[in-house]
Amino acid sequence: MGKNPEPRGVRVAIGPQHPALKEPESFSVLLAGEKILESGVRLGYNHRGIEKACEERTYVQDLYLIERICGICSHSHSTAFISAVEEIAGLEIPRRAKYLRMLIGELERVHSHLLWLGVAGHEVGFDTLLMYTWRDREVVMDLLAALTGNRVNYGVNTMGGVRRDVSEDQKKQVLTAVDILEERTKYYIGVATQETTLIQRLSGVGKLNHEDAIHLGAVGPTARASSVKRDVRKDDPYLAYDEIPFNVVTSDHNDIYGRAVVRCLELMESYNMIRFIIANMPEGPIAVKAPRKVPAGEAISRYEAPRGEDVHYVRANGSEKPERVKVRAPTLANVQVVSHMLKDGYLADLPIVVAAIDPCFSCTDRMIAVAGDMAAINMGGTAFPGCADAGSKARATWEQVRQHGIEFYRRRGVDFARLNETFTAGGR
Amino acid sequence: MALLQKIVTWARLKSPWILHFNSGACNACDIEIVASLTPQYDVERFGVQLKGTPRHADVLVCSGPVTRQIKDRLIRIYEQMPQPKFVVAVGTCACSGGVFKGCYNVTAGIDTVIPVSAYIPGCPASPTAIIDGVVKLLASLEATEEKAPEPVAAEE
Repeated sequence: MGKNPEPRGVRVAIGPQHPALKEPESFSVLLAGEKILESGVRLGYNHRGIEKACEERTYVQDLYLIERICGICSHSHSTAFISAVEEIAGLEIPRRAKYLRMLIGELERVHSHLLWLGVAGHEVGFDTLLMYTWRDREVVMDLLAALTGNRVNYGVNTMGGVRRDVSEDQKKQVLTAVDILEERTKYYIGVATQETTLIQRLSGVGKLNHEDAIHLGAVGPTARASSVKRDVRKDDPYLAYDEIPFNVVTSDHNDIYGRAVVRCLELMESYNMIRFIIANMPEGPIAVKAPRKVPAGEAISRYEAPRGEDVHYVRANGSEKPERVKVRAPTLANVQVVSHMLKDGYLADLPIVVAAIDPCFSCTDRMIAVAGDMAAINMGGTAFPGCADAGSKARATWEQVRQHGIEFYRRRGVDFARLNETFTAGGR
Repeated sequence: MALLQKIVTWARLKSPWILHFNSGACNACDIEIVASLTPQYDVERFGVQLKGTPRHADVLVCSGPVTRQIKDRLIRIYEQMPQPKFVVAVGTCACSGGVFKGCYNVTAGIDTVIPVSAYIPGCPASPTAIIDGVVKLLASLEATEEKAPEPVAAEE
């Protein structure tokens, strides 16, 4: 175990299959009694190789593949990707298309936050809340099915705009549904802020103070619950978010209770945004004609997914297929925070602490390849498959990538070495 | 003994306990599986109950194209389940690899790793399709009783 002697305690492995985890990921926690001394997370069970597959498919095919990075924030990924492609291609999409993308995006946020509220209830043994929120979530699911043709993975984006228009009838349907949901959300805000069981179970658990949230690079509701006013919709408006009035909800509770409150209040903001979008929907076409080939260039696009900032990088080479696609999903930014929050907490809090960042490991499991000086050292047989494209570039082994990551963060003042010791080196 | 076996079969059909396992899916099928357990669709009407451990489960509900990382774990979980056991592949990528077919890190579908009893296509499979698949599986078990059932496919 290297330089650091193993602290005394019992090591418990949680996952990849565990009743509290809905996705395969594995945690290793070192316990002293009920107390967590340190924890480590092992990712990669969901890695499918989407980024590499994107390079072998056309932009329109990629759109459907990128959408399936994650089924919960599918519209976030597809919008972030296609915005980058449209930027390279120099396409200006019609205003109505922007509004339609925002409409689906906000409805997606509503379904995702309601889903989280239910899961959070489930993780603390409050299954009634799960059943209530998931029943109400069906209202927005039906709405998404009516607007896009599918409950999840909407497939509504296309290069140059959107594929489906919204009729007057559907607008009325949206408004009615939003009224119902608002009514129910007020009830949940009441539950979250007044129900003693929930308050006592959530407050003071999974503490993350303001400085640490910034230091560890938390994003989305996790950061906003530590009063970090960070929201891409406000900071770097994409689509037409600069035209919509809304507040960035923050909380100074610094714990899971705060995260629940932030998400509940964000639901209310989303309802108002949806009403504004419906009322101010511009007339006009919903898409412009897009070329099959995209000129050489590169672009980065940022998108505020329900879980936080989603970053997509696309490099085009003038053909009909991208040269490189890179995705930084919000959970990757938040997963470091989990180890920090678990420290000195109790084992029984682990499920809710992990659930509190609203983790999405299918978003997160991307491949990282390191080229440059380090890659010049020879790397043996175990290669990163994604690296194999460039003939001259050597490949880095897992151990080298790991060391590079540790050094990189150590220079920034964050020491993950101790956390990573939890997993033996080279254990891919 | 025959009577005891009959009672066991009856109990099994009236209350199949399921284990949900995400074998590299995008979460879409997983949230639809959970949605089918919640009040609007309520698969518990058929006695279906979600369990936390493979040792309690009769039916393994799998979603996802099976990544290389998860393959061994999937086999291990399948082996931990008591006999007789059934596997339901939920979603197009669980059935055949779907949109991920050709990705370097996936095997094409659950049935390349473990035997599958029911296929439920759809991207994602809607809760109604999942219920249809489960009911068809139960019906096929009733018909064959002790014999190993033929694979069934739900309508999308």
